[in-house]
Amino acid sequence: MRVKIEPRLDVPRWMPFASIFGALVVALLLGAILLAYGGLDPVTAYWQMLRVGFLEPYSFSDTMVKATPLILAGLGVAVAFKMRLWNIGAEGQLFLGAWATAGVALFWLPPTTPKPIMLAVMTLAGFVAGAVWGAIPGVLKAKLGVNEIISSLMLTYVAIQYNNYFVYGPWAAGGFGLTAPFPKTAWFPRLTDYGNAIPALRGLTAHMGIVYGIIAAVVLYVIFKYSKWGYELKVIGDNPNAARYAGMNLSRNIILTMVISGGLAGLAGMSELAGAVHRLQENFSPGYGFTAIIVAWLGRLNPLGIIIVGYLFGGLLVAGDVIQPAGIPLMIQGIILFCVISADTFTRYRIRIVRAAPVTATAAEV
Amino acid sequence: MKKVVSVLSIITLLALILTLAPANVLAQDEVTCESDVVVQADDWLSKIADKFFGDVLTFPAIFEATNAKAAADDSYATIADANLIEPGWKLCIPTAEYAQVILGVGVEAPTSAESIQIPTIVEGMTNVAFVYVGHIGDGGWTYAHNEGRRYLEANLENVNTAYLESVPEGADAERVIRNLARQGFDVIFTTSFGYMDPTGVVAEEFPDTAFVHISGQKKNATNFGNVFGAMEEMKYMAGMVAGAKAAEDGSNRVGIIAPFPIAEVIRLSNAAALGMRRTCPDCVMDIRWIFTWFDPVKEREAAESMLDAGATVIITGADTPGPVQAAGERGFTGLAYDSSNACLGLEAVCLGVPYWNWGPIYADIVNGVRDGTWVPEDYYGSTADGLLGFYGFMECQEPYPSVPASVIPEMQDVLGQMQAGTFNRFTMFTGPINDNQGNEVIPAGVSLSQSDLEGLSEGYMSAFSIEGREPCTICMGYLVEGFDSTAEIPPLN
Repeated sequence: MRVKIEPRLDVPRWMPFASIFGALVVALLLGAILLAYGGLDPVTAYWQMLRVGFLEPYSFSDTMVKATPLILAGLGVAVAFKMRLWNIGAEGQLFLGAWATAGVALFWLPPTTPKPIMLAVMTLAGFVAGAVWGAIPGVLKAKLGVNEIISSLMLTYVAIQYNNYFVYGPWAAGGFGLTAPFPKTAWFPRLTDYGNAIPALRGLTAHMGIVYGIIAAVVLYVIFKYSKWGYELKVIGDNPNAARYAGMNLSRNIILTMVISGGLAGLAGMSELAGAVHRLQENFSPGYGFTAIIVAWLGRLNPLGIIIVGYLFGGLLVAGDVIQPAGIPLMIQGIILFCVISADTFTRYRIRIVRAAPVTATAAEV
Repeated sequence: MKKVVSVLSIITLLALILTLAPANVLAQDEVTCESDVVVQADDWLSKIADKFFGDVLTFPAIFEATNAKAAADDSYATIADANLIEPGWKLCIPTAEYAQVILGVGVEAPTSAESIQIPTIVEGMTNVAFVYVGHIGDGGWTYAHNEGRRYLEANLENVNTAYLESVPEGADAERVIRNLARQGFDVIFTTSFGYMDPTGVVAEEFPDTAFVHISGQKKNATNFGNVFGAMEEMKYMAGMVAGAKAAEDGSNRVGIIAPFPIAEVIRLSNAAALGMRRTCPDCVMDIRWIFTWFDPVKEREAAESMLDAGATVIITGADTPGPVQAAGERGFTGLAYDSSNACLGLEAVCLGVPYWNWGPIYADIVNGVRDGTWVPEDYYGSTADGLLGFYGFMECQEPYPSVPASVIPEMQDVLGQMQAGTFNRFTMFTGPINDNQGNEVIPAGVSLSQSDLEGLSEGYMSAFSIEGREPCTICMGYLVEGFDSTAEIPPLN
């Protein structure tokens, strides 16, 4: 008798849900062992995490704030992954987008610029800067065949150091690694801004960035599902040679895809600054661009799936506040992630227990 | 293959759980060795300590345990000097409990039972929350604040405290602070510069909660104040002992590690240079900017770079004692920072530690909030207020053995003047003082103002919307005479 792992030919519709649910159960049980071992009642701990991440009146807002950059960058990553273009440099594109946003808000437009114009220019700048940073690995890939995994990742470090140069150098406010705050005209509207009229909204910091996320998701959904370009993406991803024979322009598509992918990541940086941080600073992103890769993957590159997964991830990050020291929630988050990703295997492969073939048959073959 | 991976991961997880296991046997008089280890080439005690206990500072436990064991069993080595161990020696790695007994409260065991907690309020008590930028086991800045929190627990009746550590500055901090206020904490201390704006925003929303920010300049009239202190006084002491030691070494060269080009760091570095020149008029100070508060590798590299350049005493302005260790490995000495036990395990090569003593001021504020007498202010404590200390010279402390005996009386004298308030930051920064290019920056007879010391330039005040303070006229943006003439502050803007 032996265990055999073989690919599933068709995946039942319930399977992805079942595997994620099963993974969560396993992860929570493993986490519970650790918590109980540390002297904390796991039920209380999980209840608190669930409460703070998802159930309190303010949870939706707090979680949305964390989810917004994940969703935008996740959508960006998904566009590239859809055509098997492994752009793992979303973090760098996000930093560049944020840099350009800060430039507009603080230096290139006067603070008295009317809010709609200010935000529109910031949006454009964030998208374009991210797009340029995404286009570099795109062009290198299309024209020279440079591996985009390496080039996009390496450019991330360049982008982070570029950002650091500005926050400590030309744009520094006093040597702390941050700029002065944006003028109010460069802030996204937030729920709390209406707190004077509607007291229930006070202290809710969810901002307009999520609207960008939803619009981007809907647009991508339509493109993927109905447009010719969406179809080309999929064909190029599945079989580049077939695509070329069919007359599709690979180079142009690679560059275009990287431009849109980087642009969306840049928009994530723009929205984080305009909505939440309100200044450029060192390490303003705790790795949103990297987490976005996981979000995109678990969302199965489906724009609506990415919104759901991004929201759940945001909640998990917010829920981490309730257990101290900080390593414990990180560990639980890690276990959940590990289990969910591992469980993904079960949706692609099936495990069969095969009885050993009859000895006589083997002998006959010999 | 997949299966192997998952089996491995389960084993890893089990191993993880097992390593977290608190051994339940308490150390009695007899030493129990958890394991034995034979010294290899390139080993040193703190490295072995780090390997077994995850903390370089736990090496005195191995030192003590091995010597205790050697008394009964001569297969174990007798260690005369903690800095000198030979390949082939057999050492005793004691149990974690024994280590804790030896090290007193020094060992933070973040995974031990009582330390995993959910920050919540307790009805009927005064609930106090702390927001930390680093890890409570950093042995430096955050560790010192956490000691202040523990002081509250130990000294005040009816107080419940909680903390959140490693909270990123910016939007995350605002969420964390707001949720603490929502939960109903009565007093919230936020202990990093980058929490200034978030604390101010949340303070407006929760007028019944008291907010205290550490190291900034913002406040409001009702429920938001700030606290900081004249660490420059203790850095002056550090400079005095460093100068005396460098003179004794014959190098006449001291190195200082500067985290960020901000007024606070420049002020503290200048104070150290002034102190150094007091005991060693020929000494020169070298400086390295590392752009981080906490990075063991960078801190060490900065120390080594200055040792290479001829310095024999290293003063660090960052969080870890690594620079002291680096100096010690070359037979030189150094000064750590932030918390009174920062030189634990490095006693032989440490000259002292300028440290923060947050407990009493925290207790005053919490008591004031309870009585309704607390009024938000720009509180800037000094040695006279008990907020600061210099390890080795305060009550019930002995100077470390490497401190030159000749300088001890003068330092005690200066400390006495600081405690009496007759020598303070203003007398320290009284002209004539030149910069390291020979240009006069503080004219004779002129003392810096508080705004000058804090470097409150108009640009800084407008960038951070600081209100209600006078701008500086002689702003803290120069290195004083005593610094190497090539030393400079990294240019901003």
